[in-house]
Amino acid sequence: MSSPSLPALASETPTQIFLRRFLQNRIATAAALVLLLLTIVALAAPVLSPQNPYDLARVSFMEAEQAPGGVSADHQLHFWLGTDGAGRDVLSAIMYGLRISLGIGITSALTALFFGTCVGLLAAYLGGKVDAVLMRIVDVQLSFPSVLVALILLAALGQGVDKTLMALVLVQWAVFARNVRGAAMVERGKDYVEAALGQGLPAWRVMFKHVLPNCMAPLIVTTTNQMAAAITLEATMSFLGIGLPQTRPSLGLLISNGFDYMLSNQYWISVFPGVALVVLVVAISLVGDQLRVVLNPKLDA
Amino acid sequence: MFEMLIKRSLQSVLVIFIMSLLAFVGINLVGNPIYLLVAPNASPAEIAEASHALGLDLPVYAQYWRFLVNAMHGDLGNSFVFNQPAISLIFERMPATLELASAALVLSFLIGVPLGMWAGLRPGSKVHKLAMGFSILGVTIPSFWLGLILILVFAVNLGWFPSGGRGPTTSLLGIQVSFLNLDGLRYLVLPAATLALHNIALVMRMTEAGTREVALQEYVKFARAKGVGAVRLMLRHVAPNVMIPIVTVMGLEFGQLIAFSLITETIFAWPGMGKLIVDSVLQLDRPVVVAYLMVVLVIFVLINFVVDILYLILDPRLRAKST
Repeated sequence: MSSPSLPALASETPTQIFLRRFLQNRIATAAALVLLLLTIVALAAPVLSPQNPYDLARVSFMEAEQAPGGVSADHQLHFWLGTDGAGRDVLSAIMYGLRISLGIGITSALTALFFGTCVGLLAAYLGGKVDAVLMRIVDVQLSFPSVLVALILLAALGQGVDKTLMALVLVQWAVFARNVRGAAMVERGKDYVEAALGQGLPAWRVMFKHVLPNCMAPLIVTTTNQMAAAITLEATMSFLGIGLPQTRPSLGLLISNGFDYMLSNQYWISVFPGVALVVLVVAISLVGDQLRVVLNPKLDA
Repeated sequence: MFEMLIKRSLQSVLVIFIMSLLAFVGINLVGNPIYLLVAPNASPAEIAEASHALGLDLPVYAQYWRFLVNAMHGDLGNSFVFNQPAISLIFERMPATLELASAALVLSFLIGVPLGMWAGLRPGSKVHKLAMGFSILGVTIPSFWLGLILILVFAVNLGWFPSGGRGPTTSLLGIQVSFLNLDGLRYLVLPAATLALHNIALVMRMTEAGTREVALQEYVKFARAKGVGAVRLMLRHVAPNVMIPIVTVMGLEFGQLIAFSLITETIFAWPGMGKLIVDSVLQLDRPVVVAYLMVVLVIFVLINFVVDILYLILDPRLRAKST
């Protein structure tokens, strides 16, 4: 492995440079692999899972609350992580829950990224009063904790997948707006922007095609971190009973459903989905941390 | 300075007003709570009568106006569920929440500062790596999951601490508190630790960064050369300069702790205002939700206001800019 202080070889493409730098950190590499694995499990859950936990024909109350390692009545199925109060295989439920948690996290972070970017670019381009008002709104919103804002939004919007997504996007857009605006302000003052505007190119095109690509590095880092935050926040809201409905059990809802069994020491119903959630969130955060190091332009010199 | 003070106060009042408007309109968009309040077999006439008695038949702007006028008189409406003034429900539960948040704040200082200093003095060592690893976990682990694990380990399996509730309280200047008797303290440990984890990690990171920076300063080197002992060097020379930014940030974090306590309180059945708000959201108890929001809003705006003013007092550069 070459050290980061060595100049990049001329033959390397930017992707190769990026990969070489990223892979220098072993923990981050491991985290990226775990994340990849979890994503594959989430995508292929219907194929990989031992049981379809939401097919009522396959789930039997007779097999409820089995400890990890138990076997189904017909000896066809091993419950490696036990079964829950309804006789569902916990491992299968986790695989399906991962699908929902990851899906919601990615969708909400990307949607928030879109709206936040539009607002941020608008503020940076127009400046003056519009910028001041928009950023004041962002400041006020970010001074309140995300849990509180999400709770109030869900109290107002009601339950459901779409409502939860909407609440998450409304919580997170401000973070992106502030970041994009900060990065775009720096670019806005540079000569190439003036040149592009001077050529008579429409402002939106200059902002999106010329300014935005130069703000990508911090945005990628923020998006990664916000994805982890969105997954945690959704899990928290679902745990409190005001996020997703029971028909869409994310990891947070699985943990919540197992809570009552925990006091009678049937830990597996809650703990294993929790481990999956923590591994997922920590892996995303570690990847985000390493991205921040790799994409930091100060290290380019 | 004085002009700035007035400007900030007006801004704060404006924020409270706008947020109250948003909250009120938002909360009113969710269905009509009257159907939850009357008997399922109530006749339309009975429903109309009940709506009228609660003022729910008025248009939203009229309801808001009534809310605003009443709020100025300290009346935020009656809870649909408890049939008591919402504001008194919240104030009854506030001491429990404030005690929990304060305990978490104390814990984060007691654990975060020494660990952060220790790690900061030995960059690159095992202690440092361990501490930084812990801080990443502390920031990313969802607090509700930590609460569950603590209950499983320390309440269900080891039986050291109770799994929920507040236990016996002692009266201190007319306020009921847990920390003055041993049994009450046992109830406080797990929820406080759950709530504190995030902040412990935060304090540790800040202290570590601050210590690393301060330890390299000339005056520290000079003190060490003069023969000042390690303990005295830390406490008298390094700590004061490291602590200033942490104290300010922790002031702001106290508001966060109050908000995050709603998760902790729900897990541990801690009878504070956080548990009240979660229950009220689930039961569509609209007046309590709005009242809680207003109370927390005022707390937040006050904290932000005080911190802003403190900055003005502490940093002469900001004062010059503002006038």
